[in-house]
This record gives sequence, C-alpha cells and structure tokens, in this order.
Amino acid sequence: MPRTSLDLAFSIEHLSILDADGQLDAALEPDLSPDELKRMYRAMVLGRRVDERMVRLQRQGRIGTFAPIKGQEAAQVGSVAALTPRDWVVPSFRETATMLWRGWPIEKILRFFSGHLEGGQPEPAQRDLPIAIPVATQLPHAVGLAYAAQYRGEDAVVMAYFGDGATSEGDFHEAANFAGVWHVPVVFVCQNNQWAISVPLKKQTHSRTIAQKALAYGFPGVQVDGNDLLAVHAASRDAVARARAGDGPTLIECVTYRLSMHTTADDPTKYRSEEEVAAWERKDPLTRVRAYMEKKGLLEPGLEEAVDAEIAEAVARFEAMGAPDPLVAFDHVFAERPPELEAQRAELAERLRAQGGAADAAPDSKGTASAATPMRGQRTTRR
Amino acid sequence: MRLNLVKALNLALLQEMERDPDVLVIGEDVGVDGGVFRVTEDLQRKYGSQRVIDSPLAEAAIIGTSVGMALYGLRPVCEIQFSGFAFQCFHQIENHVARYRMRSQSRFHCPLVVRMPYGGGVRALEHHSESEEQFYAHIPGLKMVIPSGPRNARALLASAIRDPDPVIFFEAKALYHAAREDVPDEPEILPIGRAQVVREGRHLTLVAYGAMLRVALEAADALTAADGVEAEVIDLLTISPLDRAALAASVRKTGRAVVVHEATRSFGPGAEIAASIAEGAFLSLEAPVARVAAYDVPFVGFARERASIPDVPRVVAAARQTLAF
Repeated sequence: MPRTSLDLAFSIEHLSILDADGQLDAALEPDLSPDELKRMYRAMVLGRRVDERMVRLQRQGRIGTFAPIKGQEAAQVGSVAALTPRDWVVPSFRETATMLWRGWPIEKILRFFSGHLEGGQPEPAQRDLPIAIPVATQLPHAVGLAYAAQYRGEDAVVMAYFGDGATSEGDFHEAANFAGVWHVPVVFVCQNNQWAISVPLKKQTHSRTIAQKALAYGFPGVQVDGNDLLAVHAASRDAVARARAGDGPTLIECVTYRLSMHTTADDPTKYRSEEEVAAWERKDPLTRVRAYMEKKGLLEPGLEEAVDAEIAEAVARFEAMGAPDPLVAFDHVFAERPPELEAQRAELAERLRAQGGAADAAPDSKGTASAATPMRGQRTTRR
Repeated sequence: MRLNLVKALNLALLQEMERDPDVLVIGEDVGVDGGVFRVTEDLQRKYGSQRVIDSPLAEAAIIGTSVGMALYGLRPVCEIQFSGFAFQCFHQIENHVARYRMRSQSRFHCPLVVRMPYGGGVRALEHHSESEEQFYAHIPGLKMVIPSGPRNARALLASAIRDPDPVIFFEAKALYHAAREDVPDEPEILPIGRAQVVREGRHLTLVAYGAMLRVALEAADALTAADGVEAEVIDLLTISPLDRAALAASVRKTGRAVVVHEATRSFGPGAEIAASIAEGAFLSLEAPVARVAAYDVPFVGFARERASIPDVPRVVAAARQTLAF
C-alpha cells in the first residue's frame, strides 16, 4: 500500500486595502457611496468616543466593569455595515460599536453595564441577541438562528462575533462544525485582538492563522487587516452575499489589537509592553480612515463635537433613569410564575413595603433579639 | 392503544409535529436510526431530515443550536442520548436555556425540550445509569419533568413541547419497555407542576417519581399486606416547580413521609421535598421526613448498583422506622 498524497490544496488569503500609512489599493476599493462612507466613519468615531467616555464613567463609579473596544472600531463597523435590519447579530461582550450601529441606544448600553438587565433587552423587532459573557457560548446560537432562517425559507443572514481566545473553546469548534455540515447562512467574525486577557495569541493556538480553522470545517476562511475598514467591509460583504445566496458559512479573521484593557478591572501593563501598544497605536483604524475621508473631501466639520453632544445627552438620559424595582426580577423567569416564585415575590414585596418602598435599602441587620424569641425547649406553637 | 413508554413518547412527538410545523427533533441518531431507544422512530421518514435532524456528535451544539432555533420561534425537541453525557451541554442549559428570558428581559424566550434517558437498572455502563435530576431542578428558569408511565409520559411530553418555557424531560430507561398502558388515540396533555395522588392512604405518605414510583407502590402494597398500613403514594411527575401544596396536603393528613429517589441522597430532591413538607405541614409531622435514595457514591458499576438504588425492602424498612418514631 503506497502513501499517496490527497488532493488538498489549501491557502488562506490576507486582505488589506487601506494600510496603516494610508496607501490605498484602488483596484480592491469597495464601491461605497459618500453617504455610506460618512455613516461608517461617524459610527467609528462614535464607537471610539462612547468607549472613552465609558472608561471615564467607570473610573468615576458611574457605571460598572465593562470591556473596552478601543482599536477594534474598523473590525466592528466594517463587518456589521454589511448587514440589513432583517439579518441577525450575535455579539459577545466587546461589541459596543457593532451594537451602536444596530441601533442600541447609548443609554441602554450604559444601563447594561451598570447592572440593569433592561440594558440587554433588544427592541421587539430588533434581530440582535443580548451580550453573551461566557466565551464562545453564543456561537451555536448563531448557527441555530441561521438554521431556523433556512428552515423557514427566509433569507436572513446571521453574523456572530467572538475573539481569538474563543477559538480555543469547544463551542467555537462545535458551532463551526455544525455550520459547515448544515451549510447555513452564518458569518463568523473573529476579532483577533492578540490578547485574551493576559494570554497572547501564540499561547492560544499553534495555527498560523485563525482563518484557516474554517477549512477544517469545510467552508472558507479569510484573514483581513482588521484595522482597515475597507478590507473588513469588502470581506464581510462577500461573506454576507455568499450566505444569502445559499453558499454557506464564512469565517473572517480580523487581525486587530485591543489598545485598551481587557475590562476596566484589568491592568495590561502586567503582561504587555508599552512598545507593543505604541506600535499598534500607529496602526489605529481611525487615523487611516480619517485620512482617506479627508482625501475624498468627505470629512464633516464639527463631527466630533456633534458626537460628543449626542453622548452627553445619552449620559444625561441614563443618569435620569429611576432606581431599579427588584420585583421585576420575578417577571422574567417563566411565562407564568409558579406558586413558590409567587410566594417569594410576595415576601420581597412585603420586605420592600416595610422599608418604605426604598428599593435598594438594606434590610434591618441589627439582629436584636425580641422578647418573643423562644428559648431552647420552649414551645410557642400548639399542635 | 396499549403502548409501552417508548411508543407512547413516540406518539406524543408524532402528534405534536403533526400539530405544529415549528416542532423539530434534533439529536444524535434520532433520524435514520430512530434514536438508540427508538423513541423517535419513523419521524424522519415522515417529516424529513430538515425537521428530524441527525446532528453531529456534540451535546453543547445540539443544545446551543436549539437555543438559536427557539429564539427564532421554532420549538426544538432535543435528545441527549444519555443524561450522563449532558454535562457536555450543561453550560448551554445553565448559561442560556434557563436564562434567556431573564437575559433579554422577555424579548426572547427559549421554548425547547431536552429529552434525556436517565437512571439505572438496565445493566448499563458508567454515565449510562445515573439519576441526576437535582442539577436541573436547582436552576431557576427550568422546568424538570419525570413521568412514571406511558400515559402520563405521552401527556407530559406534549405539554412540555407546548410550554413557553424550557423543560428538561427525563425518561427512565428502566421503564422504556417495562409495561404497557392504555393510551388514548386523541392528543392528551397533563399540567406541568402538578403531582398526582396515585394511591390514597392515611398512615404515611410515600413520595416518588419516575422509575421509583413502581417501587413506592409495591412498598405500599407490602406495608398493607404485612402491617395493615395504608400508605398514600404521591407521583410527583414534575420535580420543579415542585407541587408543594400536594405534598403538604397529604402529610397534613398522614403526619409522616418517606421520599424515594434514585438520585444520590445529599442535596438531592429529597432534601427540598423534606424542607417543603416541614414548611407546609410542620405541625402535623409525627416523625422526621425520611429519605430513601442512592448512596452518596459515584456510579459503582451495574454489578453493584442494586445495592445502591432504592428497592422495596429499603422503602418498607424506612416506612416502618418512620411509623415507629
């Protein structure tokens, strides 16, 4: 029995259209109208500025821990802009720019990151899943949504977001495998930002690219310069068109960098050098697209000020929102409350009422013994 | 029709798929093979491979993709081949299935059913014989159902499929071919969350479910024959949400209770049942609530499992101790 070579010729494309120096490959430049370009650039600026404002709000104790996106605006806006509202977005937890594009109000995102699940509630017609925190667990959901769309004969496409760390999880591989076998309209967008908290990509995978992992599951993978809005968008448009045409899934690896911390609870100086960060700052996705817009004469004067005003209004609306009603928790467990849950709700309602309706007031914790406290051996009830 | 448990469950699936085109079946070997226990037999032939999906072998994605389908508006019925393998999808069940209503503040809900064969007594290997309902019963947002015979299994599975919330549905392997029962041709449902008094009595309450119901009923017969004791037997049918009112009503009458389950004892369903009885019928209790359960050891191999799984003599002995307290 001889050894024979199977006819398996694999290669992975890397796509770059607008590089860090602002050099444009005009042959690959996607056909985007001035309005489309303006909208995407504005979304990147908004994403950056919301993110920076959120870091300050967190430092001031006005919101809780969150995962900043700084540096990943092109990967997020370039991909999501390839969708229509009838398509689905399945985020992980570092997709603020994507979510803003999809119409999540800024104050709602702030609400989520200040501990209110109302901030994770999509609008009735909105085809977005809420933020998913356990890494990669959202990916099978995207495949299931895509299967359901296909089953119903609807041409919706599903775009799922995750990071480089997620590609080590079983759920990533299971989702990719199911997507390949079922040939469903899903686009996997990996934001390879080089770091999963403190673990660099080279300790995460021994594969040369993340894109090539798609090949094992029988569908195309492409690597793009994730800081290049035009490259991300061109690859995403192709993938979405393929999915919509019934040609199955695609994996897009956006090579990018998390310029900020993993979350506001993280100190990246512990595990990476300032030189490395500085090198990536020179590849900032906003700098090059700004230069591109300027060359085209599409820069809008006063854009930054307008965006800041929009954010300030949203922060004001967020801070004017009322205190949480703890009883709401019991409304979202089952369609109808079983008796035990009803009893627990009544107990909390009574406790809140006794506290004079102060929803977040701590219950009396003095624990002083009353005269009615029975002693050991003393019965206070009758049988 | 006189049907065994397998055929009764098959009938429920068939009729629910007939009733609602959004009902899908997904799992390992559920299509061409009809499931390793044949519960899904002939469904793929009737409804096609898009609706009865032979999935790749991956529990997390079976549940995870079903979450996506359910969010879209479909009604997936997932089969996990043995409940011992469900830990490979436990994170999907706990992180998402149970929480989607909360996480999305009711924008989405997750109406899916996870069917799993459970329990011992069938001379099967490790991970093919355990009884681990307590993990699911403990999770807010899930319903946990365990039928005890063909007729209630068929009716409860139909209810589970129609339920707007996720249901974990355990099927006792020991019962699959154990007995036939009259099952009406017409679709039938039973309310989830309601226990049934299946034998009336006044001296003692035996609480059981699934394969242990038969053990409890035989123990009740033995107690009557040998001691003249009239034991009331409650078939829980739903583990969570627990029918606390039915438990309290029975024990207020009898004053004594023995809980029988195949799950291991500590932190098992018996603990919650005993607490519930104490809360609902404390002043009627004449003895501590007794628990007859599997011992707190990992699966010992089927050659030794009979020593650990509750049987009639152990239940009778526990009942006599309770009565003599």
